[in-house]
Amino acid sequence: MSLQVSQLSKRYGAQKALDDVSFSASPGRILGFLGPNGAGKSTTMKIITGYLAADSGTVSVMGENALANPKKLAAHIGYLPENNPLYLDSYVREFLEFSGGIYGMKSADIRRRTDEMIRKTGLQSEQHKKIGQLSKGYRQRVGIARALLHDPALVILDEPTTGLDPNQLVDIRNLILEVAENKTLIFSTHIMQEVEAVCQDVVIINQGKIRSAGSLADLKSVSTQVTLILETEELLDLSWFEGIGVPSFGPKGTQELVLLTKDAGEARKSVLQVVSQRQLSLIRLDQGAKNLETLFREITQGQ
Amino acid sequence: MKSLFLKEITAFFGSLTGYLVLVLFLVAIGLLVWVFPESSVLDYGYADLESLFLYTPYVFTFLIPAISMRSLAEERRAGTWELLQTSPLSLTQIVLAKYLALLVLVFMAILPTLGYAYSISLLGNPEGNLDWAGFFGSWLGLLMIGATFAAVGLFASSLTSQQVVAFVLGVFLCFVLYFGLTALAGMVSGDWAYWIEELSLSYHYNSLSRGVIDSRDIFFLLGMIWVFLGATVLILKKK
Repeated sequence: MSLQVSQLSKRYGAQKALDDVSFSASPGRILGFLGPNGAGKSTTMKIITGYLAADSGTVSVMGENALANPKKLAAHIGYLPENNPLYLDSYVREFLEFSGGIYGMKSADIRRRTDEMIRKTGLQSEQHKKIGQLSKGYRQRVGIARALLHDPALVILDEPTTGLDPNQLVDIRNLILEVAENKTLIFSTHIMQEVEAVCQDVVIINQGKIRSAGSLADLKSVSTQVTLILETEELLDLSWFEGIGVPSFGPKGTQELVLLTKDAGEARKSVLQVVSQRQLSLIRLDQGAKNLETLFREITQGQ
Repeated sequence: MKSLFLKEITAFFGSLTGYLVLVLFLVAIGLLVWVFPESSVLDYGYADLESLFLYTPYVFTFLIPAISMRSLAEERRAGTWELLQTSPLSLTQIVLAKYLALLVLVFMAILPTLGYAYSISLLGNPEGNLDWAGFFGSWLGLLMIGATFAAVGLFASSLTSQQVVAFVLGVFLCFVLYFGLTALAGMVSGDWAYWIEELSLSYHYNSLSRGVIDSRDIFFLLGMIWVFLGATVLILKKK
């Protein structure tokens, strides 16, 4: 276990930012740290990296107490802070080399790793530009290249994809997947699809409390509700479907019905019975994917 | 630590402000030493550079906070402070790297004044008649007062995330420590006056700029530097 966070608490004045937060992350897996804005994601990450102090609790990185000795572990952590702060006056390559120096790398290593990271992040054509001249997507790459330059065992990316356009989003996601091998990688986001696309493990946090922690597969199987979508040529009546689940009309109006249910198999049979009894002409009957989006809403709003 | 030190210096010369500050400093000093009739060496008629050593601290009061204001304040404003603080560098290392970079800049600012000494020595009668030992004693004093102001400026920069505020605070602190305490000593009487005078930077600078290198003055100024750098580290630790 390369990162173990246990019973972390933090207050900002009267407000509890973190309340008994515990989770762990292991090498070779990507952990998605999911929560609405202001849930405590950044605070947790800042505490792990030693930027903020915790009120109570422990963080261990590779078996060592990270809160007692942050500087000793700093060389093993790669951190991309929220909003990706960079020296806008620096040139891309100059900035990366400077960063290598700060992390105590030897000059031969700095050059080799800088070349490697520039290649991996696709910054070849931008390496002699000033960071201030780059677009947001490229700046994000510079930030990620910086975080990974010193080959850290634990990588912490705080909202690496916020504010990117869809193409850049896919690029950065692929980059994360590519660089994650053998590392413990944590990234925070409030976008559910991202977690589904990239992560093996998910931690959901809301109002400073961990609501759910585990593998993505486990989390999906926990989801209690399934949606069925029925579309017919005739107008439907909600009362026909009461008893099967919770019916409501879909976005297309009274010819489309969305049914929330616990048992998809049984519900599907009952719906088809109604269709044949009423002699409706069926256009489609779909089972909505159990997506994290609904799950996320259930978890963060249900409590 | 070395790479942060080098980055600070390149950042200073990477921007127009860096050159502007140095050029303005040399223009101001040049005007005071050579042109303005009140203070001009040429009108004075003696081959020494007293006016250089008298007026430079006044210019330093503005110049050095202008160099140091961005040092920490800008890191905090831009959020890059988070990058530095989560790096393996300790706060002491960060502060020292930034301070050493400032020292180099101060040194570069007063380096051209060596040329003044050479010019004056040529103007002397007989030619080359300049009290070089006295000059270098005073020049060391100038360097020390510059180094002290740099520590004060860095401290001011650690207090805020706005460069302008850091500048104003820096000017104010330099002013109080250099001129203010002497003025205060003149206002009170008895033993207090003596102790307040002892704390004043100008008292120790004047003693040095007479060309007498007294270890007590050197240690006092080194102590001031140490106090302000220590306070900077403490402030950064608290934030």
